[in-house]
Amino acid sequence: MTVQAWLLDDSPKSRGQAAAGRAYRVTLDLLRNPLAVLGALIILGLILTAIFAPWIAPESPVGQDLSNRLLPPSAEHWMGTDELGRDIFSRVVYGARITLLIVGLVAVISAPLGLLIGAVSGYFGGWTDRVLMGITDVFLSMPKLILALAFAAALGPGIENAIIAIAITTWPAYARIARAETLTIRNSEFVAATRLLGASHTRLIARHILPLCTSSMIIRVTLDMAGIILTAAGLGFLGLGAQPPLPEWGAMISRGRSFILDQWWVATMPGFAIIIVSLGFCFLGDGLRDVLDPKSEGKS
Amino acid sequence: MIVERQGQIALAGPVAAILRFVFVVALTFLGLLALTFFIGRVVPIDPVLAIVGDRATAEQYEAARVAMGLDRPLIVQFGSYVLDVLRFDLGMSVSTNRPVAEDLARVFPATLEMATIGIIIGIGLGVPAGVLAAAHQGRWTDQVIRVFALLGYSVPAFWLGLVGLAVFYAGLGWVSGPGRVDIFYDGITPTVTGLLTVDSLLDGDWDVFRSAVSHIILPATILGVFSLAYIARMTRSFMLDQLSQEYITTARVKGVPEWRVIWVHAFGAIRVPLITVIGLSYAGLLEGSVMIETVFSWPGIGNYLTTALFNADMNAVLGATLVIGAVFILINKVSDVLYRVLDPRSR
Repeated sequence: MTVQAWLLDDSPKSRGQAAAGRAYRVTLDLLRNPLAVLGALIILGLILTAIFAPWIAPESPVGQDLSNRLLPPSAEHWMGTDELGRDIFSRVVYGARITLLIVGLVAVISAPLGLLIGAVSGYFGGWTDRVLMGITDVFLSMPKLILALAFAAALGPGIENAIIAIAITTWPAYARIARAETLTIRNSEFVAATRLLGASHTRLIARHILPLCTSSMIIRVTLDMAGIILTAAGLGFLGLGAQPPLPEWGAMISRGRSFILDQWWVATMPGFAIIIVSLGFCFLGDGLRDVLDPKSEGKS
Repeated sequence: MIVERQGQIALAGPVAAILRFVFVVALTFLGLLALTFFIGRVVPIDPVLAIVGDRATAEQYEAARVAMGLDRPLIVQFGSYVLDVLRFDLGMSVSTNRPVAEDLARVFPATLEMATIGIIIGIGLGVPAGVLAAAHQGRWTDQVIRVFALLGYSVPAFWLGLVGLAVFYAGLGWVSGPGRVDIFYDGITPTVTGLLTVDSLLDGDWDVFRSAVSHIILPATILGVFSLAYIARMTRSFMLDQLSQEYITTARVKGVPEWRVIWVHAFGAIRVPLITVIGLSYAGLLEGSVMIETVFSWPGIGNYLTTALFNADMNAVLGATLVIGAVFILINKVSDVLYRVLDPRSR
C-alpha cells in the first residue's frame, strides 16, 4: 500500500491515520488555491526570517553609525538607513521576530481562553451562559483598537503589556464561536453516550467538545492575525508597544514620521513588511475557510 | 447576528419592542461603564501613585487616595462613577485643565465630519465594486477586487496616511497638509455645526471652504478606503447569495437584460442587509480615525485620545474611550433596528 493510499483510506484503522488523512486532504485542497499557497509561503518566509535573522541581516539591528544616517536605499543598504545610521533592512528582518512573538503569544493566550469560556458557556447554559456571554458581549461591543489602546494605557507601555492588551480584546470573538459550536454538539448522541459511560463534565468538554471546535477556531485565528499585526503595529506607532531600540515595525514607522517628506524610506519600508505579512495571513485564512468551512464566506 | 435576532420583535407589540430596545441599550451601556471603570480603577497597579508621583510622602499619598475616593469599597466607587457619567461629568483633563466632557464636545464634530465624508466615499466605491465582483465571479475583475479588499485589511492606516502625505502633499502638491484648515484661516469661521466645511459655507467664506476641503479630502479618502474594503466584500457575498437563487434564473430565462437582473432584481434584495453593513463600517471608521487623526494632526476625538495617552491623562483617555464606545454601540443598535423596520420578513 502506498503512502497516498494509506492517507486516503476511507476506513482508517487508527485515529492517527484518520487525522493524517484529513490533514492530507486539506493540504491537497489548499494547494489548489493559488492565493492560499502564496499566503502559506509568506508565513513560512516570516518564520524562517525570524529564526535565521542573524544570518540574513547584514548588520546589527541596534548598532548605530551616525556618519551614515538617513542614507537612501542603495546596493549596500537595501532599504536605506534611519536617523541613527542603522540599516533598515536589518531592522526589518529582526522585526519579524517581534511580530511573530506578538501574534504567537496573542493566539496562545486568547484562543484557548475564548475556547474554554465559550465551551463552558454553551455546555452548561442557564446562568453560567448568561453571565459569561454578557461579559463577552460587553467586550465585543467596543471597537477593538480603542479597547486595546485603553488597556495598554492603563497597563503602561511595553511589549508584554501590548500583548496582554491585544489578547484581552481578541478572546471574545473566539468565545462566541466556541459557544455556537458547543450548542450544536451538546445534544448530539455521542455526547449523551459518553455521559452515560460516566464521563465527567471536565472530560466531556476537554476531550469531546473542544476538539470539534478547533477547525473553526483555526480559521478564525488565522483571519484575525492580520488584525492583530495591525493593532500591534498601531500600539507600537503610538509608543505603547515595543520600546526603542527594539526593531518593532510600527515603532519604526513612527520614528520615520518626522522624515516622511524628505527621507520617505524610513517610514515606508517597515510598512511594506507589515502589509506583506498581513496579506499572507489573510490569503491563508481565506483559503482555509474555503476548504474547511465553505458556507461561512463573508460572515466574519 | 442578523438572522439570530430576526422576528423577535414580532412577538410583542411596538411598545414592548421599544422598551426592550431601551433596556438592552441601557444594559450594554452599563457594561461599557463597568469596562471603562475596570480599566481606569482596577487595572493600573496604583492609580494614586500615577497622580502624586513617587516622591510624595505617606500623608500626601493617603490624602490623595481619600480625595480620589479610592478608600471606599469598589462597588460604591463604581456607583458614584456611573452617577458622574450620567451627569456628563467625566472628570478633569490633566493636560488641558478643562472638564473632559467639554473637551470631547469640542473635538467630536471634527471626527464626525471626516468619518461622514469617509463613509460616503466608502459606499460610493465599495458597493459598485462588490456588485461588479459578484457579477464577474471568478474572473479577473473579481480577483482584483478581492485582493484589493484584502489589502484594506492588511495596510496599516497610519502608514497609508504617511505615504499619502508624502505623495499627494509633498510630492504632487494636490492637497493641503496636516491640520483642519490653513493656519491663517484658523478660528475666523463662526462655529454653528462644528463641521468646518458646512460652517464656512454658511458663513459664505469660499476661501476657508476651499482650504477646509483640501485639508479634509486626503484623510477622509484614506479613511474611506478602509470602509470600502469591508463594504465591497460584504456586497459581493450578499450579491452571490442572491444571484444563485431561482428567481434570478427565472428573470434571465424570461429575457430580462443582465444589467437589470443585477441592479434591479438582485441588488434590490440586498439593500436592507447592506444598511447594517454600512452602519457597522460607519462605526468602524471611528476606530480608524484614531490613527488617521494622529497622523494628520486632525483635531478630533482620535487625536485627543492619543494626545491624552502621551500625557498619561487617564481621565481623558477613559472619557474618549467611553464616548467612542457609546457612539459605536448606538450606531450598531440603530442599524439593527433600521434593518428590522425595513425588512418586511422580520415584521
